[in-house]
Amino acid sequence: MTLYRFLAEGMFLGFIVLIVFGGMLTVWSRLLMHAVLGLAVVFIGVAGLFFHLGSPFMAMMQVLIYVGAVCVMLVFGIMVGHSPTETDQLRWSGNNFLLASGTCIAGFILLSATLIRTHWTAAAERVGDYSMQHLGHAFLHQFVLAFELISVVLLIAILGAIIIARPPQETDPS
Amino acid sequence: MMPSDHLTTYLMIGAFMLFVGLFGMIRHRTLIGMLICVELILAGAGVNFMAFNYFVAPDPAVGQAFTLFILGIAAAEAAIVISLVIAIHRRFHSVDPQAINELRG
Repeated sequence: MTLYRFLAEGMFLGFIVLIVFGGMLTVWSRLLMHAVLGLAVVFIGVAGLFFHLGSPFMAMMQVLIYVGAVCVMLVFGIMVGHSPTETDQLRWSGNNFLLASGTCIAGFILLSATLIRTHWTAAAERVGDYSMQHLGHAFLHQFVLAFELISVVLLIAILGAIIIARPPQETDPS
Repeated sequence: MMPSDHLTTYLMIGAFMLFVGLFGMIRHRTLIGMLICVELILAGAGVNFMAFNYFVAPDPAVGQAFTLFILGIAAAEAAIVISLVIAIHRRFHSVDPQAINELRG
């Protein structure tokens, strides 16, 4: 066990703290801007976990797409929709808060108990490695149809977003 | 064995993100706030895929490809939902789901 291993482990715990803190900020903040900030913190923590799971490429994509694109888009949505200082005030009535939090906590405990008791068996033999070369090869051979379809889906989503968000055209009565 | 060597640690982080996102969807009272929590749930799914990919999958490219597809779907979904929110705000002047209860055929 070297010093670097302990450092990596400390950073792993730090990423978990980032995820928990960001998740709480996302849920509990009264301003939507703070919720987006918490979401960005969660995504940075998840990117750190991807580093630990052996894929720096996915970590970079996580930061690039989620933190760089999705969060900025959400901020735009907030600024367009309503005033950024407007509170996302909750109106819990009666026991709704207890019901909601109780359901979520009970679900988390049940799922965690199941996860801890389950024994996962690793695959007998591993093929390939974590290199970009292998991933690119898989994309253009094994997953080529899904890879093309996801680009079509993105294109259609962008076109659909433009059409939906466009102001309604004044139709000419003549 | 350190915590980062166990599959269960990562799966529990994914479960935490799922239930925090679920609670946030109940708690937030605007469409954008609910969208933020959906993104949280999708990121938790990505963590699960990467963890299974690292610990049990035979080919490490499969999980990474799936996580990339989830990233793409999440980006497309966010774009569509935000354009819907803009359209709803233009018509109803509100993004409160309680206020949007009127259909005009």
